[in-house]
Amino acid sequence: MKRANGLLIYTTLYLAFLYLPVLLLPLFSFNDGTIVAFPIKGWTLEWYRQLGAQDTLLNSLVNSLIVGVTTALLATSMGLFAARAYVRNRFPGKAASEGLVMLPLVIPGIIVASSMLVLFISIGLKPSLTAVILGHTFLALPFSVSIMKSAFDDFDASLEEAAYDLGSTVMETFRRVTLPVVAPGIVSSFLVTFTVSFDEFVLAFFLAGNEPTLPVYIWSQLRFPAKLPNTLALGSLLLLASVLLLVIAEYFRRRSTSKSA
Amino acid sequence: MFKLQSDTSRGMTLAAPATLYVGLLVAAPLAILLAYSMWTQTYVSIDRTPTLANYREAFTDPLVRHLMIRSILIAGSVTLVTVATAYPIAYFIAVKARKKTLWLLLITIPFWSSYLLRVFAWKLILGFNGVMNSALMVTGLIDEPLTFLLYNEFAVVLTLAHAWAPFAILPIYVSLQKIDPSLLEAATDLGDSAAARFFRVTLPLTIPGIIAASLIIFIPTVGDYVTPSLVGGSDGKMIANLIQVQFGAANNWPLGATLSLLAMLAVGFVAIVYALGLTALGRRIR
Repeated sequence: MKRANGLLIYTTLYLAFLYLPVLLLPLFSFNDGTIVAFPIKGWTLEWYRQLGAQDTLLNSLVNSLIVGVTTALLATSMGLFAARAYVRNRFPGKAASEGLVMLPLVIPGIIVASSMLVLFISIGLKPSLTAVILGHTFLALPFSVSIMKSAFDDFDASLEEAAYDLGSTVMETFRRVTLPVVAPGIVSSFLVTFTVSFDEFVLAFFLAGNEPTLPVYIWSQLRFPAKLPNTLALGSLLLLASVLLLVIAEYFRRRSTSKSA
Repeated sequence: MFKLQSDTSRGMTLAAPATLYVGLLVAAPLAILLAYSMWTQTYVSIDRTPTLANYREAFTDPLVRHLMIRSILIAGSVTLVTVATAYPIAYFIAVKARKKTLWLLLITIPFWSSYLLRVFAWKLILGFNGVMNSALMVTGLIDEPLTFLLYNEFAVVLTLAHAWAPFAILPIYVSLQKIDPSLLEAATDLGDSAAARFFRVTLPLTIPGIIAASLIIFIPTVGDYVTPSLVGGSDGKMIANLIQVQFGAANNWPLGATLSLLAMLAVGFVAIVYALGLTALGRRIR
């Protein structure tokens, strides 16, 4: 019992360590002063108010949304098909293919970024949002595949067989049986891959050219101490958005796995 | 027979887009990176006569060697620190905790946020006039700001250990979950103390989880760019910073390509040796 208590104290302290930086940004974004240090001078919403007036910020936000939504669509649709094949079908090279799609998770970011820059320039694709989308889809694909795999894992194959037996075509079965059942998985995959893209920095830094995404914009702002409070306010909003999106994604993922259980 | 045929071909068709996409974007950049590494940068254009000069430069330049070794050592320390501090957490959640899902969710929530912002937050915490120093001074624990917190290897290791925590906790948690309880009962029945049981049964059985956690942390960490840039200062720079300079300010893409390839080879080599070593160790304990 005593040992369990020691572990509980350790785990609680560790959690405090994990949450410390994440809670600091919002705390100091309300601080009425430009230096991030204690004691807090006073409370203000000024830094948030100033955000709305910055055109370059809004531009980069729009860029990030375009990249995020396109990436999520591409990664989720490829992930959906691949995951179905991995769970349902047997074919030569399946294990190799499954391993390959997970590869983007374990290649150091700088290597993905530099090698893609070299590739895109060689084939005549200038650094642009298109280049970032192609790169982000690569990074997001493993997330989509693993989420969709667990969605298909929990989906009873006999439902599809029943639909075929009752005379449905492949497309009809997919639209009326498969899609509704794995829909929560699709939503979850969409939100997760969107967030992966929305938060990604290094690749966008190499590939965005003069169309910065939000993280690239933030990076450029970190150099100016006077802009610090605005960056904190922006960062806090992003934290909130990411956490909200992923809590929703988690809710849908749970729904997709608990339904058939 | 017809069913089998359609099963095979449908599987291949469905898996093809994802496989080809990743396959192409792994193979093609590597091939071009390899080509670039054998070319030469001449002011504005690139001389495409094949040469090994970049490799010679990379191997003889003390700065490259220094940064490469430091990157691997920092990534190694991060892996060690993260896995060692995360193991008790995974153990607590898998073995002792009652609301496992809640604990797992609590552990992962901070990591749904932007990596760039979390690293930046550490810079604000550890700075000379930062949160930590000001808090310690306000409470009267210190009289002057501590200077060893930011812009060194310590800051890099701390920040990365924070960033990768859940990637250590989750694989170890999964491997702890998989342990058959009857093995633990058998060890107790045969007279093992709790500690002996842990080191002779639990720990060896979680080695696959430890290997997975280590590789997931080590490989990307060697090539991390954001953390050394923001909290590393000049003492904490890593190989990714040098690679970025070649593709940016120095405008020497062939050398940048060479460094990328060498970094990847070094990472792969260390990772394989580590995984094989730990697997062998696990077998010997058993």
